Amino acid sequence: MNDSVDRLRARGARVEAVEASAKMSAAELSAWFGDKQALRSITLPLIERKVTAIIGPSGCGKSTFIRCLNRMHEVVAGARATGDVLLDGKSVYGADVDPVRVRRRVGMVFQKPNPFPTMSVRDNVLAGLRLSGIDPPDTDALVEEVLGQAALWDEVKDALDRPGGALSGGQQQRLCIARCLALEPEVVLMDEPCSSLDPIATAKIEELIHDLRDRYTIVVVTHSMQQAARVSDYTAFFYLGELVEYDHADVIFTKPSDPRTEDYITGRFG
Amino acid sequence: MTQRALSTPPRSLRLSVEGNGGSADRTFGAIGAGAAGALGLVLIGVAASVARVAWPSIEATGLSFVTTSAWDPSRDVYGALAFAYGTLVTSFIALALAVPVALGVAVFLTDLGPRRFQRPVSSLVELLAAVPSVVYGLWAALVLAPLLRTTVQPALARVGGPLFRGPNVGFGVLCASLVLAIMLLPTIASVSRDVLRAVPAELREGALALGATPWDALRLVVFPHARRGVFGAVLLGFGRAVGETMAVAAVVGSRADISPSLFAPGYTMSSVIANEFPAASSELHVAALAEVGLLLFVVTVAFNVAARVLVARSREGAPRWREAAPRPGAGEAA
Ligand SMILES: Nc1ncnc2c1ncn2[C@@H]1O[C@H](COP(=O)(O)OP(=O)(O)OP(=O)(O)O)[C@@H](O)[C@H]1O
Ligand SMILES: [Mg+2]
Repeated sequence: MNDSVDRLRARGARVEAVEASAKMSAAELSAWFGDKQALRSITLPLIERKVTAIIGPSGCGKSTFIRCLNRMHEVVAGARATGDVLLDGKSVYGADVDPVRVRRRVGMVFQKPNPFPTMSVRDNVLAGLRLSGIDPPDTDALVEEVLGQAALWDEVKDALDRPGGALSGGQQQRLCIARCLALEPEVVLMDEPCSSLDPIATAKIEELIHDLRDRYTIVVVTHSMQQAARVSDYTAFFYLGELVEYDHADVIFTKPSDPRTEDYITGRFG
Repeated sequence: MTQRALSTPPRSLRLSVEGNGGSADRTFGAIGAGAAGALGLVLIGVAASVARVAWPSIEATGLSFVTTSAWDPSRDVYGALAFAYGTLVTSFIALALAVPVALGVAVFLTDLGPRRFQRPVSSLVELLAAVPSVVYGLWAALVLAPLLRTTVQPALARVGGPLFRGPNVGFGVLCASLVLAIMLLPTIASVSRDVLRAVPAELREGALALGATPWDALRLVVFPHARRGVFGAVLLGFGRAVGETMAVAAVVGSRADISPSLFAPGYTMSSVIANEFPAASSELHVAALAEVGLLLFVVTVAFNVAARVLVARSREGAPRWREAAPRPGAGEAA
């Protein structure tokens, strides 16, 4: 099934250009939890300054895939991966590569909001920078800017000293997005960023993703077809740990070539 | 917690389990409540009967029992202050030595140590906690005390000060504190390890994904989240130190003195009971030992209750965290 990229390549120059502009790419990436294989030889480019959506039924390995990209997969006891992930053409799994550095360049927003509950909203935003030993010249302006980007500023501007854990679930998720953006990563991985948000906040996040694509390479895992169709330039469909199909979003959602993709996006299974 | 949930199920549950389920639920509820009640009665019964035996001493000595340190059964003079002092001093020194090491071990087992070492070290800790205390006492008397006499205490004496002077026999407050520290170590380490493990993985991962090193994550999110439980583990260790008998009795030196020197022989509440009770001469002597037991009982129960409450609260985690659980489907609606 990882011939999707080959098939794309076979279509000619357009795709060659696409591959040349890959900010990151997974090459024959397989991942395991103990004996259980969660990913089967995934080869997939993530195009620079574009939004790539990953869709597929629950348990198909979407989270596992993006966690392999910033080396969070290995944090789980008993988890391992083979194959390779390239960032700007260099392996992030190289022997001399520090996972801490990879994670600063490849930011992540989790499925479940996880702000630091005892830290204030402001400190949550600044936490990543402080960890990197960066002391921004104007912290107030920076906090306002990133909270604004995450569509949270208006709601928390008077509560910057309240603990991050005291926000609502949706606000916490946007705080996590702000926390991630404050580090100005090159790639932003989002694992179902809207699953705890109401429709208004969801619309804000989608707008945000739209705006961010000029500066960041974005990967969004989502269960919402509409969302994937709205926000993504490229879409990958995973099924049972395999990459079934990868293409331009409009192609996937209008004329997918694999019947399983069609079944999934039309809601016949999953 | 479970007991309460069993004996008073929420209204909705009661409505939904009518018929067989309902009666089974009530039966288990009654058994649970009965068992819990029986345990409470045992506790109160033990305390009450010890108090009854101790009564002649309580009557005869009054407050001077806990304010004086003269203890002479042959003249029926009973003051337990030296025992309380010895217990507190040995327990505190033991904690001061054991806590840093135990926390280091716990952190190694959960966050910082290489995974392949974690399981064997974990088993080792459990094993150490399971060794009977009299074995530690034997080891302390045969190995530790001679080592202190020949090597450690002469070196400390050169440092000087009121703590490190006096007779150098090996047996004494320092030796008792050291063996206690060794015995507390696995207890505190294993409870702290469980508390640290109970910190939600999402919190650690949130920090790691921001480019935190494992140590940063520990400092930033794990410790703040687990600190109550770790404090509970320390209190639990303290309770164990206060109640420990055999190992201490073997090496503490058995003299009812209050001396600042750590080399000097001392006595503790539990070890005086173990040593003197079998040969207690008069009724008042027995009563006085029972009163020491009563003191010990009150102190250990208080510490254990406090410790368990703290550990349990910490396991529940920060309450706000649960509100943050995603509401599935909310995002789909847009
Ligand atoms: N910590 C873990 N230990 C063992 N198996 C795991 C673990 N996490 C995930 N898995 C397994 O790996 C597979 C892929 O899981 P993953 O979380 O990547 O799915 P997903 O596509 O993100 O699903 P969802 O849409 O429900 O979030 C699943 O079969 C799951 O059971
Ligand atoms: Mg997932």
